Parts: sequence; C-alpha cells; structure tokens
Amino acid sequence: MSDFLTSSHLLSVEDLTTDEMNGIFRTADSFLDLSSRTVKKVPSLRGKTLVNLFYEPSTRTRTSFEIAAKRLSADVINITTSQSSVVKGESLLDTVRTIEALGADGVVIRHPSSGVPEWISRRVGCHVINAGDGLREHPTQALLDLYTILKRKGRFEGLQVAIVGDILHSRVARSNIRALTRMGVRVRLVGPPTLIPQDTKGWNVEVVHDLKEGVRDCDVVMALRLQLERATASFIPSLKEYARLYGISPGILRIAKPDVLVLHPGPINRGIEIQDEESFHSHSGILDQVHFGVGIRMAVLYLLMAGQ
Amino acid sequence: MARTDRTDSFFLKDVRLMDPATGVDMNGHLRVEKGLVAEFGAIAVPSSGIPVWEGEGSVVTPGLVDVHAHFREPGFEYKETIESGSRAAVSGGFTAVCVMANTDPVNDHPEVTLGMVNRAREIGLCRVFPIGAVSLGLKGETLTEMGALTRAGCVGFSDDGFPVKTSRLFRRALEYAALFHRPVIDHCEDRDLSDGGVMNEGWVSTDLGLKGIPSASEEVIVARDLEILKSTRGRLHVAHLSTAGGVRLVRDAKKRHLNVTAETCPHYFSLTDEAVRCHHADAKMNPPLRTEEDRLAIIEGLRDGTIDMIATDHAPHAPFEKEREFDQAPFGIIGLETAFSLGLELVNSGSLDMSMLLYLMSVRPARVFGLPRGEIREGGLADLMVFEPRETTVAGVPGFRSKSRNSPFLRQKLAGRIRMTFVGGKKVFDDREEERNA
Amino acid sequence: MNSIDPSDASLPLRPDSSSPGRKILLESDQIERMIRRMAHEILERNQGSCDLYLVGILQGGGVLAKRLAERIQAIEGKPVSLGTVDITLYRDDLSTRASPPFLKESLLPESVDHKKIILVDDVLYTGRSVRCALDLLMDLGRPTLVQLAVLIDRGHRELPIRADFVGKNIPTGRDEVVEVSLEPQKETVALLRRTIEKDPA
Repeated sequence: MSDFLTSSHLLSVEDLTTDEMNGIFRTADSFLDLSSRTVKKVPSLRGKTLVNLFYEPSTRTRTSFEIAAKRLSADVINITTSQSSVVKGESLLDTVRTIEALGADGVVIRHPSSGVPEWISRRVGCHVINAGDGLREHPTQALLDLYTILKRKGRFEGLQVAIVGDILHSRVARSNIRALTRMGVRVRLVGPPTLIPQDTKGWNVEVVHDLKEGVRDCDVVMALRLQLERATASFIPSLKEYARLYGISPGILRIAKPDVLVLHPGPINRGIEIQDEESFHSHSGILDQVHFGVGIRMAVLYLLMAGQ
Repeated sequence: MARTDRTDSFFLKDVRLMDPATGVDMNGHLRVEKGLVAEFGAIAVPSSGIPVWEGEGSVVTPGLVDVHAHFREPGFEYKETIESGSRAAVSGGFTAVCVMANTDPVNDHPEVTLGMVNRAREIGLCRVFPIGAVSLGLKGETLTEMGALTRAGCVGFSDDGFPVKTSRLFRRALEYAALFHRPVIDHCEDRDLSDGGVMNEGWVSTDLGLKGIPSASEEVIVARDLEILKSTRGRLHVAHLSTAGGVRLVRDAKKRHLNVTAETCPHYFSLTDEAVRCHHADAKMNPPLRTEEDRLAIIEGLRDGTIDMIATDHAPHAPFEKEREFDQAPFGIIGLETAFSLGLELVNSGSLDMSMLLYLMSVRPARVFGLPRGEIREGGLADLMVFEPRETTVAGVPGFRSKSRNSPFLRQKLAGRIRMTFVGGKKVFDDREEERNA
Repeated sequence: MNSIDPSDASLPLRPDSSSPGRKILLESDQIERMIRRMAHEILERNQGSCDLYLVGILQGGGVLAKRLAERIQAIEGKPVSLGTVDITLYRDDLSTRASPPFLKESLLPESVDHKKIILVDDVLYTGRSVRCALDLLMDLGRPTLVQLAVLIDRGHRELPIRADFVGKNIPTGRDEVVEVSLEPQKETVALLRRTIEKDPA
C-alpha cells in the first residue's frame, strides 16, 4: 500500500488514479493534525533539499509549499525569476543545470509556459512538482479544492459542481475538471463564450453561458480569478459587465442547493467574481482552502520525497 | 562533403525509368552525356570510357523540385547554410530548391540574391533559386525592386514567415510582379486572429493549455488574396495550405479560373495536432498541424489537383532554440530529407499513385515556377534521382545532413531510400558512398 | 501483531503456524498475569494513577496500552488517560526505503503537558521506535516524566534505552522474530525464525 504513487513526479492530476487521490487526502488528514501542536514540525524530510522555482510571482502557492516543506524539516531554497527573463531567452536548460548543481531532492516549479514541469522532469534526476504551468495544470490546487469539497460534503458521488469564469485561461479550471470528473462529480462550466475554450469535447462537462442556469441545483460553486487585463483584450467588454453577468452574489446562490459551498482559488477580486462575501460566510470554503493547502502539499511532498 | 564524381557523363544500368511528364515507364538502362539524357531503354552496356553505376532495379525519375525552403544564409548560419541545406536537399532527391527571403539581411536587394546564387554555384550540389521579398525588410510597407531582383535571379516574391501585411500592398505586389511574370507567394495568416497562438486551436490546444491558432486565420487571408487576385492580372501561389477551408477556397477559385496555384507540405498530410503531445516543439510550425479532418481534406486536394504541389517548408532551427518552452520555441521543422518518403507513404496507402506523386514533387512545381527540371527523354536535362521504394530509412539516423534536427519524424522508420541524385549529369549524392565514408 | 512491523522487514517473512520453526513462549493466562503485575508496578512506582497518561506506540503498543489502562482503572476505580502515537514521521529509516509508508492516526485526547507519560510497546528490541516516540512526545509538549513499559524485552539494543516495566525478558537471536498477539482470550507470544521468501521464479 505504501508505495502507491506510481509516478515519482506530480505534473498533472491526470497522472493520479482515484485511489492515489484518496491516499493523498488520507495522508493530509494526519498532517492537518500537526498544525494544532506546539511544535508543528516533524523530521520526515530532514536533510532533504527542496527548490521552489517560481517564474511567476505567487506568494500564496510558494508560501504554502514553503511552510509544508519546512514542517517536514526539509531545507527550502526559493528561486524567484521574473517572467521577463524567460522571454529574454534565459535557457531552461540552464535551469536544469542549476537544479542539479544545488543537489535538490525535489523541485517545485511554477512557470508561465504550459508543459515546462513535464519538460524539466524528463531532464533532471529529482522529483518534480508542478505548482502551475501556463494554462495547463495546477495539480495541488485541484487536490486541495477536492479535499475541501470532501471535508465539507463528505463525498464526491452525485455532486454537481459549477466552475464559473475564465475557463479558457485557467489552469486551475483544467486541473479541477480532470480531477472532479475522475471522482465522479458532474461538472458544469459557466462563462461567456469568449472565455470558454472553443473545443471541450474531450472533457465530460456541460457548458452553460447563463449564470443562473449554471448554478441551478449545484452543491459547489467554484469561482475563478479573472485577470483584469482580459477586459482590455476584448474577452469581455468591461469588468462591470462581467461582474453583473458572472459575479457570485447571495442572490445567485439562492438558486443553488441550500447548503451550497463556494470556493475560489484566490486572490479574490472582491466585487467582481465574488460579491458581498460576508453575507454568505457560512457557505464559503475559501479559508478552508488556504488551510487545507498546507496539509495537501505536506502529503504530496511526504509521499513523493520521504522515500529514497 | 561526400566527394562525388564530377563527370557529367555516365551509364546507369538496370533501372526502372519513370517520368510522368514524358509518359516513360519501363525497365532498362540510361546513358547520360554532358549533362543530358543521350539514350535509354534496351540499350547496349558500354565496355569502357564512361562510369557505369549499378541501378540494381531501383527507380530513376526526374529530380525533385522544392519551391519552399529556408537555407538561412546569410545571417543564421548556425541553423543552416546554403551548403548544408544543399546537401540535405540532394540527399532527399531534390535537384532544385527555392529559398525564402527571410534571411539577415533580408533578400530584398539584388546583391543578397546574387550572393545566394553565387554561393550555391560554388557549392555545386543542387540548383538554388532565391525567392525575393515582397516588401523591404519584410515589413509590409514598401515594395522591393522586383525588376532588379528578377534580373539577379529571383523566381518569385514572398514575405514568407509573414503574410503580405495589408490588402493594399498585396494588390500592388500582385500587379507589379506580373510585369516580370513572377508569382506572389503568400503565407496566408491573419496574425491578429492568431493572437499569439502557438498550435492549432482545437481539443488538443484546450487539453494542453496552449494558445490556439484558428483555421480561420488561414482561410481569411486565402479568401482576401483570392478576391484581390480576381481583379488583377497577377499570379498567386498559396504557400503551405493546412486547412480544409483553405483547400475549399482554392478549389472554388480554380473553378472560377483564377490564376492561382497552391502547395502543401508533407507534415500536413502526415500528422495532426495530436503530434504536439509527444513531439513538442519539433511539431511546432506555422501554419500549425491541424485536425484529422483537415489532413484528409489536404490529401483530397492533392488528388483532385486543387493543390498543385508538395513543398517542404524546410525550416531549420538549432536545438537550443527548439529545446525550450513550447510557446517560446520558434515555428518550423526541417523537411528536405523526409519529404519524398512521406510522399511515398501516400503512395503505399493508396492515396496517390507514383506518377501523381512525381508530378506533385517535380513536374508541376518546376512548371509553375519556370525552373529547370530533369526529363527522361533524349536531350532531356539529367537532373535525376534514383530511389529504392522497397527499402526503408530511419529519419535522422545516423544524422541529418541539415545542420538542424528539428523534425517530428526523427528516428521514425520511413518508406523508400534515395540512392543517388544527379544534377546536370553530375552525381551529387550517393547513399553508399556516404556510408563508406562514414 | 508483531513488534517489528512485518512490512518493515527487509526480508519478507513467512509466518506459518504449522512450521516447526514457530515456538509458543507464553500463553493467555501467563500474559494476563504479566499485564496485571505491570499495572501494579506502574501504580506503585508513581504512587497511584494521578496524572498518569498511557501512550501506546502504534502498531503493537496500542492494544497493550489499552489493556494496562483497563487494569489500572480496575485497581484504582477511576479512569486513566490513554492515547496512541504513530511514529512513522519520526523514523530514521525513511530515506532508506523505496517509498514512504502510509500514516496511521495518532490519538491523543489530552495534552501531554505536566503528565507522567507511560510509553507502551509490545516488544523492546533495538530501541529505535522508543527514540522516535520520545522525540515525538517532546514535540507535543513538556511531560513531567516519561517511563517505558514493554511486554517483552528481547535484547539487542542499539541505543542507550531501557524499560522501566518489563513483562518478561526473552533472549533471542537477531534472525528470530517475536510475535505478540493480544487478541482477548487467545493471547500468545511466539518466537519464529525469519525465513527468506523463495522467489517462485
């Protein structure tokens, strides 16, 4: 049972079976217990080095991985490189050499180009964990979203989830669609046609453009972050119109199930994707997501890196 | 370079002779004297005085003609040179190659053209015909001196890499190039609609999280060009058709008797966008690999004559340029050394017959661009290739002759083997000689 | 139940009750008497059950801790604190294993601060599990004191650790395995030889 992660990397939720996902959730349970202790650290990854390699600014994900690694007693090296140096042509092969030279046992990568973690995993000898690549995948985010759903709803079977917003540009949406459908959850994508991929045939999802229709009878509503520059690139005419058509408000939530759970990967553009959050506080799982994120990442790091 | 015999007279023994233009299809021998076919068929084998090459039952045909390649010289010699490109060409059975203008400096001036022509002549492998730029610096603003460029040796005009930027400039280019009986070759893509896309827009781009280039990007500009062509005396050649919609537009235009020709490339009839999943940036080119529906439409276009020819769009890039983030890697793959094999696959699958393939890769491109071409007839130019259809090759093994190796077909087993190539009766490539030297 | 988690062994075991290599050392009534005696010793040494906290080391120590707690409660007439700890995350051999083991659930209903902790395990062998448990306890808080109770001490210590309360000392060879089962009424302690699983191929 113990060696249940078949891959030595976490690149995509596509690589995880339902058993593997459930195993990660079970392990996260144990790690979350630790956070209530006086000493929150365990020595499981003592002497191991984890490199946090971030080519995109992301305080939340990087910090979450850093706390997770430090609670497992790993040494953490943070390397943050600006996106501009990628465009200028800093070679990824140089990156690979850097990782090897640091003697890293694991590397957490965030990169603006889709496919980079996979590319690196084929060229380095250590564990590679995808912390978000381009528009493609953000597996630990999907795992913590599913974990939050599991904790709040107690199950996956039979649930109806609506993912609302900029699906086209969202790796969070892609990872969640793959993970949720694999767990037997029915998924509905809600957003304007300009922000939904033109071809979604390989996903077992329903596409709806009207928000009211989209959230009807949903157990979970997952709002995505809207990059504010989408308005200037004519994906939407204005933030105001987007907020009016696709903002999650208490009124909209009344159409969903009475015990609907609202999730958001953060950071939230308040008043745009989520409106009047205080009034549906009891439905919000957003703080849980942040809290569970550390447990999920500890579980992933432990299961990938604690062995040889 | 594999030193080959510099004589332009030889005797080729025991071959199958095929030429779709002259209708020759027979077994026999072939004698070439001073660069021209002297006699062929059931002729006597000479006892001395002329080199005799053993054909061993292989097929001899007119050499292939590529109207669309990038030799990168001057300016990007680390990717390819006229010499390495020529060597790649002759090893792929090509005897004549047109090279695009997006060099550095751009081929928008007769001196650049002459430099290319002279360099190619020094090397003396395949015949090289430059394509001049439509606009100065490929900037889409000012027409080049097409008269001077024609005199220097340009056989067509193109801003390839970019579409001719504006409708107005495209109209002027068509009209003006007609003065010198030269076609305008357009890379048909609405850059604004492509919007920074890096592969075909469809399910695969959705799944991989890569920005898509819609088919409409190609179709919009094909349609624009055809509508403008309608009211000019010019000649349009549509480069690298990749979409079903593009094929349909060209087919309709030909029915309306517009002066249009079109090419496609082997990758568009061999692969779909699914190839991006495993070949990464080696399957990244522009226009991108499309869907199965498009692939089948391209083959149909080749069969019914809508698409006039197969060109390679041979676009070398150094490994360090391709081995990086998919969206940051440059567009383009090499093609001279795999094109004929991929064409043979169409013959083997029954989509084309052999003479049609030779027509598409040799006869038709030479005619459309007014290029010299081999012919199996008495007095015909001895630009010939000898290939063995019953053998196979593994692409890029032990190595490509091109300086680059950005090919999605790398290490793939492909049909056929080019055995020898002759340009003007001189043997410029011999597979076994290279093997011996290796 | 086994003091050495069978999944831990670098050599696979083939426990076979019909095997002549397996020897029953202690039977149900003997074990029951030992547990009773240990409970009395714990109470005597600590002058009653005030602030006592029995903590079983998973897997093998859990059941024994529960049995001791029941016995102490029966003697003293009031319940005693009871918990279990999973020491997996503190093991010193994690990085020598191909992959990490699944975690078991620690259950500590009360804080360890100001408590007299009785660590409980079924078999004391190298002492490494106890070292893990001690480190874990220190991370949880500051107990007043920690004592160690084991059913079987089989020797071969690799660390300077000794038990405060021992059911029985049993001399063993390194190639032997002590098998403890505390299933009610069927309690046994057996000794078997570690055998190398023959690959059928």
